[in-house]
Amino acid sequence: MGSRGAFDEIWGHGGPDAPRAEFSTLSQWIADTPADELQRRQQSAEAAFRQLGITFAVYGDSDAAERIIPFDIVPRIFLQREWQKLSEGLVQRVEAINAFLEDIYGARRILDEGIIPPELILRNEQFRPEVAGIRPPHGVWAHICGIDLVRTGPDEFYVLEDNARTPSGVSYMLENREAMIRLCPELFRDFRVAPVDSYPDMLLETMRSVAPSGRARPVCVVLTPGHFNSAYYEHSFLADSMGVELVEAADLVVDDDIVYMETIAGRVRVDVIYRRIDDDFLDPLVFKPDSLLGVPGLIAAYRAGNVALLNAPGNGIADDKAIYSYMPEIVRFYSGGEARLPNVETWRCREPQALKYVLDHLPELVVKLVDGSGGYGMLVGPTASSEQIETFRAALIAEPHRYIAQPTLALSTVPTLTEKGLAPRHVDFRPFVLTGSDKVRVVPGGLTRVALREGSLVVNSSQGGGTKDSFVLLGDAA
Amino acid sequence: MMMLSRTAAALYWLGRYVERADFIARLVEATIRLDALSARPAGEAAWQSALAVSYTDEAFAATGHPAVQAHVARFLTLDASHPGSIIRCLEMARNNARAVRTALTREAWTAINRAWWLFANRASTGGATETLNLVEQIKGETRGFEGATHRMMRNEATLLIQLGAAVERADNTARLVDVKYHLLLPAGESVGGAVDRDQWTTILQTVSAVTAYRWLYSEGLRPDNVIDLLVSRSELPRSLAACVEETVTLLSQLAKRTGLQGEADRMARARLARCQKARTPDIIVGGLHEYLETFITENALLDSAIARQFRFL
Repeated sequence: MGSRGAFDEIWGHGGPDAPRAEFSTLSQWIADTPADELQRRQQSAEAAFRQLGITFAVYGDSDAAERIIPFDIVPRIFLQREWQKLSEGLVQRVEAINAFLEDIYGARRILDEGIIPPELILRNEQFRPEVAGIRPPHGVWAHICGIDLVRTGPDEFYVLEDNARTPSGVSYMLENREAMIRLCPELFRDFRVAPVDSYPDMLLETMRSVAPSGRARPVCVVLTPGHFNSAYYEHSFLADSMGVELVEAADLVVDDDIVYMETIAGRVRVDVIYRRIDDDFLDPLVFKPDSLLGVPGLIAAYRAGNVALLNAPGNGIADDKAIYSYMPEIVRFYSGGEARLPNVETWRCREPQALKYVLDHLPELVVKLVDGSGGYGMLVGPTASSEQIETFRAALIAEPHRYIAQPTLALSTVPTLTEKGLAPRHVDFRPFVLTGSDKVRVVPGGLTRVALREGSLVVNSSQGGGTKDSFVLLGDAA
Repeated sequence: MMMLSRTAAALYWLGRYVERADFIARLVEATIRLDALSARPAGEAAWQSALAVSYTDEAFAATGHPAVQAHVARFLTLDASHPGSIIRCLEMARNNARAVRTALTREAWTAINRAWWLFANRASTGGATETLNLVEQIKGETRGFEGATHRMMRNEATLLIQLGAAVERADNTARLVDVKYHLLLPAGESVGGAVDRDQWTTILQTVSAVTAYRWLYSEGLRPDNVIDLLVSRSELPRSLAACVEETVTLLSQLAKRTGLQGEADRMARARLARCQKARTPDIIVGGLHEYLETFITENALLDSAIARQFRFL
């Protein structure tokens, strides 16, 4: 499937000469700014990113150990009414995710009432029996969620994926905005854009709000696997902008169920940990025993209620691709209403009928590994070779439970600077939703990822995708 | 908020590695000049002594290359397999800087990052002119880094970087004087004797002290004056006296901010007292080599005491 027939968020269906009414100003800006000027600004942004070390590592690619993610200078814009609707849907979804996690690791009502087959949870590798029965401080599980959305028309948004573990990308949202303000100040005169720079403050408020009770001035830290991790820049960026310590596992020690960090003046108690390491590597006493990254005793301290972990261990069960297909039911069960943000239709290959349908329609479908991420282990039927399709067919027959399939959507496009000038390219969107003990906060913005190759639907940075700034307008567009 | 022990160690070593990279850059620069001025085989001796100053003569011999500019300059600057090369120092500095990104300002970090990128994609130093250009760029970036650290918050992070730099600088200057003095003044020759003007200028250049020397000493270039300048004159920032003083000051500022003082402070103060009493002629009579050897050993002991005092992980 190519871009033909796809909805362009600026140009609509009519091409550059007939932009959507709300976007005539932006369309004019694009038309008036020479392509080589846009190119120059874009290069200047990328040079700045390299200098700042905003790089990421591609796993399995040692030649390009440090790369920057390509940045596109043409912003993606949400109208205020579009955003309003989106953010209501996001809040509803994230509240349901938190309620679901509380239930699954507690009373399991949703299983008792037969909404989800129990074996799908209890035999799922993402289900962590080790944390069953633990209630995190203030009952918040998914403090930081990144909800991946795609769009197919002016009012058609779908949730592609929930990220309730350690979603990354928020530093790009903030750095892209910095770059845009510097390089295209005229856009901020023409549009009233909602600021995103309060994100670190909101994150810190969220962290403080879930501190174990009775700690007057809670000590918050960001826990990183270390500076060789692909998202290290983001970890340091967040710690820095919140003014909290960036710690590695070796800096932490647990004594009598209290977590401390080793400082030059001795041990200092830690109350809230925004951990950017996976469950497996949190605590070798509970999870992977051979992990060198973990903090022995951390889960015991967490169980004792002496430390808050963001996000809670065990959250993988909420964003598992097999559970994803039940999200409409999950939202209905906990909120009592229909999901405002619909799912993409999903076939669960573990179900024989669905598997049959998927095998019969492989060239039209996107097939994904239930436990895959970053665009690895994925088949995009319409662009795949017959050889790739047959490889997936064999894999599906051998291990159907590991796969789900979805239709290929006519993803929206946004004008993007290419070697041949401006052209529509497919995009997706990851807004960030913060849940504290006090309230749910949605940052007016997010990370827009763009598939830079013509017709491509794969936006993952590890597969050559780029990013764009995402404007949320405060007033009406001109 | 108290600083993480790991952060403290990384900042201190960041200071040391940047200083070391800067020193080697100066050493290469001065040696190229000396090489250009001297007739062979004196030029080769110049590169031999550059290796000796950086304690890398044996490592270089192991490469099997002749000690001429093309090989030694590359070895000291771009050779990634050699732990004492500028690129490796910058890599270590950058790794430490990355690990403590949050303790640095953007300016300080980008200076380090830029210096590293300068080298990361270079395969060859090229000829003398290109090497000089490269070295000049590195010096620019390390100066930029120093400038940026001076504009960081005046907190323990800045003090630790400066402490690392002061300890490293003391070591570098002591080695420079020790090796060059030996080389230039073979046994039996007296200090006042005939000297090779270019050789002594090289020493002064390596520590950016040519002009300072002319301001302080009126009687032309004399080895004992050069020694006096580099060992005892605290006006010169790279002299042993200045490094010794700076170390004491930085440690006491750190003590004020962190409440941590102990063995390192005592050692540094005792060293300062000894330095202030020592007179250059006595040092030369008593044996300059022995004096410098003791200084280098004590500097290493001070380094360990600092690591213990600030609980480096």
